[in-house]
Amino acid sequence: MLLLIEQTLGGLQLGVFLFLVATGLTLIFGIMGVINLAHGSLYMVGAFAAAFGTQATGSFFWGLLFAVAAAAIAGLLLEVLIIRRLYERNHLDQVLATFGVILFTNELVTIVFGRQPLFADMPAALAGSVEIVPGLQYPVYRLVIILTGIIAAGILYYVISRTRAGMLIRAGATNREMVAALGVDISLMFTLLFAFGAAFAGLAGAMTAPLVSVEVGMGEHLLILTFVVIVIGGIGSVKGAFIGALLVGLTDSLGRAFLPDLMKLFLPPAEASTVAGGLSSMFIYLLMAFVLIFKPSGLFPVQSGGH
Amino acid sequence: MKNLRIGAAAGLLMSTLGVNTALAEEPITIGMITTLSTGAGYLGEGVRDGFMLAVQEEGGKLGGHPVNVLVEDDGRKPGNGKQIVDRFLEREGAEIITGVIFSNVSPVVAPAALKAGAFYLTPNSAPSTFAGKKCHENYFAVAWQNDTLFEAAGTYANDLGYKNAFIMAPNYQAGKDALAGFKRYFDGEIVDEVYTQLGQTDYAAEIARIRDAKPEMVNHFLPGGMGINFLKQYAAAGLADEIPLVLSQASMDLRIMGAVGDSAVGVRNTAHWNLDFDNEANKAFVAGFQEAYGRAPTTYAAQGYDTAKLIASALAATGGKVKDDPDGFRAALKAANFDSVRGEFAFNTNQHPIHNYYGRVVEKDADGNFVNKTVGLVSPNHKDAYAEECKLK
Repeated sequence: MLLLIEQTLGGLQLGVFLFLVATGLTLIFGIMGVINLAHGSLYMVGAFAAAFGTQATGSFFWGLLFAVAAAAIAGLLLEVLIIRRLYERNHLDQVLATFGVILFTNELVTIVFGRQPLFADMPAALAGSVEIVPGLQYPVYRLVIILTGIIAAGILYYVISRTRAGMLIRAGATNREMVAALGVDISLMFTLLFAFGAAFAGLAGAMTAPLVSVEVGMGEHLLILTFVVIVIGGIGSVKGAFIGALLVGLTDSLGRAFLPDLMKLFLPPAEASTVAGGLSSMFIYLLMAFVLIFKPSGLFPVQSGGH
Repeated sequence: MKNLRIGAAAGLLMSTLGVNTALAEEPITIGMITTLSTGAGYLGEGVRDGFMLAVQEEGGKLGGHPVNVLVEDDGRKPGNGKQIVDRFLEREGAEIITGVIFSNVSPVVAPAALKAGAFYLTPNSAPSTFAGKKCHENYFAVAWQNDTLFEAAGTYANDLGYKNAFIMAPNYQAGKDALAGFKRYFDGEIVDEVYTQLGQTDYAAEIARIRDAKPEMVNHFLPGGMGINFLKQYAAAGLADEIPLVLSQASMDLRIMGAVGDSAVGVRNTAHWNLDFDNEANKAFVAGFQEAYGRAPTTYAAQGYDTAKLIASALAATGGKVKDDPDGFRAALKAANFDSVRGEFAFNTNQHPIHNYYGRVVEKDADGNFVNKTVGLVSPNHKDAYAEECKLK
């Protein structure tokens, strides 16, 4: 029972974390029609900026702010310099160009920070663990990540469904020519939206910095997971990204936790561990395939007439 | 006509001789394929710096003969390793291949080198694959055989009186070798064995399983950044004080200790080498490394240094010939006529080491640095389990 609770929390944490990254990706893909492979690089920028900022100022909070700002500015530059030229091009050109950005960013970060990973210290106030139910100590920091993710999701929900900017975003996702025809500066909107998505990816990178080693290329593996999330959720749908992220997080976490025991019912222990290890790493792809069989456009498809 | 032919033959003979004398003066090319990027980048950095220290001591020579060491980063990817080794062998004319850190790269790089008639000396990765039936006359493991690190940890766990253990490793050849090695020598019960992904960064799921399984101890094989991430998360989950770790050296090196800090204190681990070994070769190495690089050497640096010293001893014996005198070079390597920084060292019949394993415990010294202190001999003259399957004599 304790194991189930702990694994569920672990899954939630991975889920909200994926959501932070997936939001930007799904908005950019859904609304602007751009496949941005370099989104993982923005996440990496956030993680590096957080590690660097934390070391420079000695405060994780300032490191976090610095990271979000750095990722947003990186996103802004990326949109103005490169992505803007890709809106009218086909997906292959977009993939090629943004893949180039990944290589460029990785090399740039290597030149600035070197090949050795950075380690950000966890803020002392959040370093311990608390007993959430009797017998289960859970790290405070992981709870904070879950909370941050939920707050971010709440803010996004409010912005998109209750504000004028959100209305424009929703309208843009459905029919961007019409929005432009009504006199909205669609170019400015895209730039800001891109920076906004980048800031969320940067936040995710910064939040994860104290947990894992901050290294060049850390965004690529995550990017694949993130694409799985937005494909499951329905491209362009923030709600879909949220549900998809939680599904992927929980499937991955619970799969890794319980599959080995399940396998041991059929196989000798050593083989069971090996098979389960392999199987649990592809569990989320099975989930994606399963969802797509019944919902080919994802769980929450966006009706889009813009492109 | 006849004269002409003789003249041409003589000319050819002379030019061949000329080439031969020129070759003897040319440096021996050594191709080092190692891991310099990713979270495990410091492993390859250690091997490279240790190796180059030995080359620098002789002013660009090994055993009195000039060497040209080419270093490339494989990024822990077998595909990169294959590309680099092909280039080293075909275009650069490398006669010795060394440097590989990870056992997912070595099964690709080693056969390519051996097939080309080059010598393959591994300063780290030594999977079971090349220790038993598939051992090769030109394959030399200088550091250890993968399993033995964990056989020693298993023995140490017995010595410390643990009755059951939770074991964990990444899902690749070295991970499987590691857990097989631990189980071969550990007498207690294995509560659970878990395979993770190579390069995994978040261990929340595995930590939850450890908490649930309540073992007396944990042994894991998570080298480099993986080990750092795991230990930090293990401590944050409040388990570091509850369930002790008994590790092998790869999971508790200088960098890992430095990165995880206080939660490493008291962790027991086994090793074939340590900073504090009191032999002449080691004292000279540690002092030289500190002076050259301004930091203390890791185990990987010691392994790189030993590899270079072994090559130097063989080059000195053959007068600088490698592929030109393969039998002589091989015999000279096998003799292992050098002072290893680990102390006593000899090659077994399968050309993997016979050496001692020691127990270590992590302590904080007077200056606040974390150090591994050698606390005793765990397994004297340890041999790997595969030598009998090897046909080499």
